Amino acid sequence: MSGPRALSIPVRAAPGADLSKAESAAVLEAVRAHRQLLGPLLPVLHAIQDRLGWVPPRVVPLVAFELNLSRADVHGVLTFYHYFRQTQPGRKLIYLCRAEACQAVGAAALEAHAKRVLGVDFHGTSADGRFTLEPVYCLGNCACGPSLMIDRELHARVTPEQLDALLASGSP
Amino acid sequence: MSVTIYVPGEATAVALGAEAVARALQAEAARHKQPIRLVRNGSRGAFWLEPLVEVQTARGRVAYGPVQVKDVSGLYAAGLLQGAAHPLCHGLVDSIPYLATQERLTCTRIGVIDPLSLEDYRAHGGYQGLIAAAAMQPAAIVQAVIDSGLRGRGGAAFPTGIKWRTVLDAPGAQKYIVCNADEGDSGTFSDRLLMEGDPFCLIEGMTIAALAVGASSGYIYLRCEYPQAQAILGAAIATAYAQGYLGPDVAGTGRPFDLELRLGAGAYICGEETSLLESLEGRRGQVRFKPPLPAIKGLFGCPTVVNNVISFASVPIVFERGVDYYRDFGVGRSRGSLPIQLSGNVARGGLVEKAFGPSLRELLYDYGGGTRTGRPIRAVQVGGPLGAYWPESKFDTPLDYEAFAQAGGMLGHGGIVVFDDTVDMAAQARFAMEFCAIESCGKCTPCRVGSTRGVEVIDRLCAGDRAHQEEILRDLCNTLTYGSLCQLGGLTPYPVLSALDYFPEDFAKPGARATARS
Repeated sequence: MSGPRALSIPVRAAPGADLSKAESAAVLEAVRAHRQLLGPLLPVLHAIQDRLGWVPPRVVPLVAFELNLSRADVHGVLTFYHYFRQTQPGRKLIYLCRAEACQAVGAAALEAHAKRVLGVDFHGTSADGRFTLEPVYCLGNCACGPSLMIDRELHARVTPEQLDALLASGSP
Repeated sequence: MSVTIYVPGEATAVALGAEAVARALQAEAARHKQPIRLVRNGSRGAFWLEPLVEVQTARGRVAYGPVQVKDVSGLYAAGLLQGAAHPLCHGLVDSIPYLATQERLTCTRIGVIDPLSLEDYRAHGGYQGLIAAAAMQPAAIVQAVIDSGLRGRGGAAFPTGIKWRTVLDAPGAQKYIVCNADEGDSGTFSDRLLMEGDPFCLIEGMTIAALAVGASSGYIYLRCEYPQAQAILGAAIATAYAQGYLGPDVAGTGRPFDLELRLGAGAYICGEETSLLESLEGRRGQVRFKPPLPAIKGLFGCPTVVNNVISFASVPIVFERGVDYYRDFGVGRSRGSLPIQLSGNVARGGLVEKAFGPSLRELLYDYGGGTRTGRPIRAVQVGGPLGAYWPESKFDTPLDYEAFAQAGGMLGHGGIVVFDDTVDMAAQARFAMEFCAIESCGKCTPCRVGSTRGVEVIDRLCAGDRAHQEEILRDLCNTLTYGSLCQLGGLTPYPVLSALDYFPEDFAKPGARATARS
């Protein structure tokens, strides 16, 4: 028989102690603005992503603490929805429509072109950090496809050449 | 007196250059020292003419389109402000055949009014329905909706009034009105057009629902892929609050109704009503078991009306013009009108609202003008990504819920996606399974696992192991149809098996899978 085993309970730092100032500010501001809502978790995650461009997984404990949810609840929601990002995107996000109406007018060719010129697959960020390519299933522009959205700007009847021009233009 | 010019602020028109055209018109007006009043209307839905610029004249509104920035100075020189002739001129907008022959009951004001002007809305019949409904008892309001024959326009076509009656009869101090604006089906955009072109109509319809069932609170669950609709709807809700059409005393009725706009986060499944409710409550959008129905136990466990945007937006006219007026449009058990959306490879894509009854062929050729590429139409998919692919032999089917169901299809939300003869139907079938795998909420096994197995089976089938794999695929589809918890898994076999049944030759050639023919 050995002696009494030492019981070691790791002491967890206060939730959010490991976050950057910007991250904890984003979380606390999002919670402050939406706490009074019924079922506030999606609005809170939207607000965080609007501010940071993504929802770093390390903010989950603080969100959970502030909303009195379990970390599992917050993790589950964060990972369920395609729109919420757990990785930092490039400076611009390209949402390329893969749905049927756009397929009917050449979305597959546009997709192949986009992947080739950016050198990435879906969910990837180009090596220069300028663009992240995401698939989207319908932008509601179905009569004038192929469609894509760059950040919040919708583009219609996009040809590979026009995509090249869009990638070349703009600030980033 | 400044001339009024309309340039749509609607998402597709903006994507086609409306924003720059609006700026160029302003600049040109300033240069000519002729002040104009620029109104950012919604789109009338004739997308091949967008950006469609309309000029108010004594004769009516004269239409020019599609207008690009480079056309603006020429239009001015030709006498745009007087509605003068020009190669881009289509005469009076109301005489454009595509629009003139429609039967717009729900989308009457889209493209006509300034979507954010309550005065404009009221001047075009807005809030007359609410005033009429407010004078009625809740049971009478519900009965009127039942008698109108209105069925859920989101796709399931369940009688709207029956749903409302269930909520009215359900005990509970707190009831909710929820609008399903998660318009995720490819080929559909009527919800978006309505929200961007006539947002008060949706608000009015939801308010009438609240009066009918005794709800004091409502939500619009809008997909996050619609930023323009979000901005317009948000502004409209704020205006409605400011002018007493939302809040503690709605339009002087003494009844409260609060409305909140919530955003989805890119999950197709949240268009399923119970999944949507989960999402609104702040959880993963996983489908709930039914029963209990949301009408009995819905949002936060309370009796809840969940209807699509077009369903709510079709309610005001029932009270404004009368039950008979609405019911007298349509055929069989499909009463009223359906805003149909022509999309994909179509020459004249857009919104065509017609009373139920015209054939698919009429829509595809008379309105749609065939394909954009000029090639023959080979297949159409009606009713979103879960709708069947149909060959030309089915094009005489009338647009009517029962006729479509009888023919092995589904009218759904009225979206029609057109494909020309370069389409690879095996690739489309494979995509349907792939889409189901990506968007499955994961709660039930047939959908979660069956969709991935489906992709594999279709790949093997196309690789040449035809007879054996086809048997497995049909068996798998049977499991999906009868074993899935909701319609995502339950209807995915529609596009898959229709592609296989009507276009078997595409599954025969090796190498025909996965990538569309170029």
